[in-house]
Amino acid sequence: MDWSQILTDTLSASVGALAIVYVLAAQGLNVHYGYTGLFNFGQAGFMAVGAYGVAIVSAPESAGGFGLSLWVGAVAAVGAAVVLALLMGIPTLRLRGDYLAIVTIAVSEIIRLVLRSEWSDENLGTGGNSGINGFARPFYENNLLRHIPGKSARVFNATRYEFGPLQYSGRELWVMAVGWFVVLCFAVLTFLLMRSPWGRVLRSIRENEDAVRSLGKNVQSYKMQALVLGGVMGAAGGVILAIFQNLALPDDFVTRTTFLAYAALILGGAARVGGPIIGGIIWYTLFSFMNNLVTQLKSAGAFPEGVKANAGQLPFVFLGIALMLLVVFRPQGIFGDRKEVELDAR
Amino acid sequence: MPADSTTANSTPTDSTVDGSGRGVTGPAGLIGVKPVVGVAKPDPIVVADGVVRRFGGVTAVNVDHVEFQRGAITALIGPNGAGKTTFFNLLTCFDQPQEGDWSFNGESLKGVAPHVVARRGLIRTFQLTKVLTKLTVIENMRLGATGQRGEKFLPSLFRGGWKHQEAANTERADDLLVRFKMDHMREQFAGQLSGGQRKLLEMARALMTEPELIMLDEPMAGVNPALKQSLLEHVKSLRDEGRSVIFVEHDMDMVFDISDWVVVMAEGRVIAEGTPEQVGQNRAVIDAYLGSHHDSELDGVIHGEVPDHEIGVISGKPVLEIVADDEEST
Repeated sequence: MDWSQILTDTLSASVGALAIVYVLAAQGLNVHYGYTGLFNFGQAGFMAVGAYGVAIVSAPESAGGFGLSLWVGAVAAVGAAVVLALLMGIPTLRLRGDYLAIVTIAVSEIIRLVLRSEWSDENLGTGGNSGINGFARPFYENNLLRHIPGKSARVFNATRYEFGPLQYSGRELWVMAVGWFVVLCFAVLTFLLMRSPWGRVLRSIRENEDAVRSLGKNVQSYKMQALVLGGVMGAAGGVILAIFQNLALPDDFVTRTTFLAYAALILGGAARVGGPIIGGIIWYTLFSFMNNLVTQLKSAGAFPEGVKANAGQLPFVFLGIALMLLVVFRPQGIFGDRKEVELDAR
Repeated sequence: MPADSTTANSTPTDSTVDGSGRGVTGPAGLIGVKPVVGVAKPDPIVVADGVVRRFGGVTAVNVDHVEFQRGAITALIGPNGAGKTTFFNLLTCFDQPQEGDWSFNGESLKGVAPHVVARRGLIRTFQLTKVLTKLTVIENMRLGATGQRGEKFLPSLFRGGWKHQEAANTERADDLLVRFKMDHMREQFAGQLSGGQRKLLEMARALMTEPELIMLDEPMAGVNPALKQSLLEHVKSLRDEGRSVIFVEHDMDMVFDISDWVVVMAEGRVIAEGTPEQVGQNRAVIDAYLGSHHDSELDGVIHGEVPDHEIGVISGKPVLEIVADDEEST
């Protein structure tokens, strides 16, 4: 058992590129569920259209893409999320909350299954179940951080840098710099929106949409705006994931991804701008700690033969237990106000 | 039930088309209006024609013709299940009827979205109060203000664009809270208020929209006697400000105390209308609504003279709906 390795890997992952992906997805869910009360269980679908949007548009023509710049790819990813939100919202936002949950979960699975199908590989160039890769090279070639040590992009990307216990490659540092900047932008946007009367209408819809309607507000329109905004945040998470992996893979967007993002949101506290950020970091820290621990235990031969093959599932078991304890003892999450949560029980 | 509008001095449909040639507004206009079902009012604000709402095989509402006078307080009464709340939902477009047409200020509301109805000046409250529990009282009030620039997506980002309007709205909200004696609860979550306080908050919030007509669905349900008196005064003051009020109520004291006109529904139909005194003497109302043995008290019940369905409405507030109030807040 190499505890220092576990510690380093865990702490590095806590603010690493993958944590950013969950933070962005959770911030989107914060807008949907935390502020507006929309049960979007299809955030993975928004992440998928984001990842594939940038991948298809930016992949070279030889690989079946459009060969356009990553900037265009990012805009396309956002556009795809907006279109998805409209397609999903027009028929479903009239429905009561639980119906929206069913429809969104179905839509996200349809998206994933279509993306990994042979049909879409042949017609859309999605690469089937092995996905699209190799589109993000310009992103790393233009790594601006290389100017700090004054190295070439190739050398900088491959070098490992240490910050106390944290270790990152130059490549990941660049993803982190861009990713946390995107997180900051969306956090500021969310903060500004939610302190305004616009945000008050969203929170009111969460409490009782008929009351809001009776005061002359167009509830459908506000719900749609919220769905689009949160969906775009999810798509941004998908873009960061695709660029970090230099790969858009359909099975990264299984429904579990949505629920993991929800776990991050609930841990941090819904309807708080900082909730999904701190929640996402802490959640991903726990998750990678469990993963690293299980990996080390596995290589140390600590599991009996029957458990060993499925030991990779153990982190989810522990996270499930942790989530239950959280909901029992601190239902408001880290940032939430317990008084608010208790109002539901009155 | 035939609409006896032939006795009225004008046909129901042309009286409000352009607002010109209006009769006398307010309670004064109701003096001398015949107490017959479907009678034309000198200055109607809401007119309903042939409105039918069926739920499966049950016809919940079947109103041939009814008009509501502008600037007056009109009570809508009737036994449980008479279709009062359904009729309210239909008039405010929260529900759509299978047949019929109805208008507000002469404009048809058929097929109009509920929020558009509200913007035109017809605001309703709910039988089961719908306060926004996790918003503070003052935030509940601010939501009511209309035409807020900060409620649009992009302008909301720039505080400079809406903070003056917000301050003005807050000032108006604070005035209303003082008037409703709720200013000391300004920063509390609405979910912490009692049932009666929620009724007050909902009414105050509705006033933030400056409605022309306010429709109150059982404003007295679950309100304690001390609050009742002040609620009565608030409703009267709405009329004194020139607003029109229609309310559903089981509390007969309130109906007889403050209403200028009473419309009685039973089994989905309007069975009588008139001033409170006229309705109180109407045989059809006494039979259908109060029960034909309404003055025999419990003796009649005990000796089996009063049918079961007539018990319970005499004393005003049926027990069942107090229970329903509590369910709302869980």
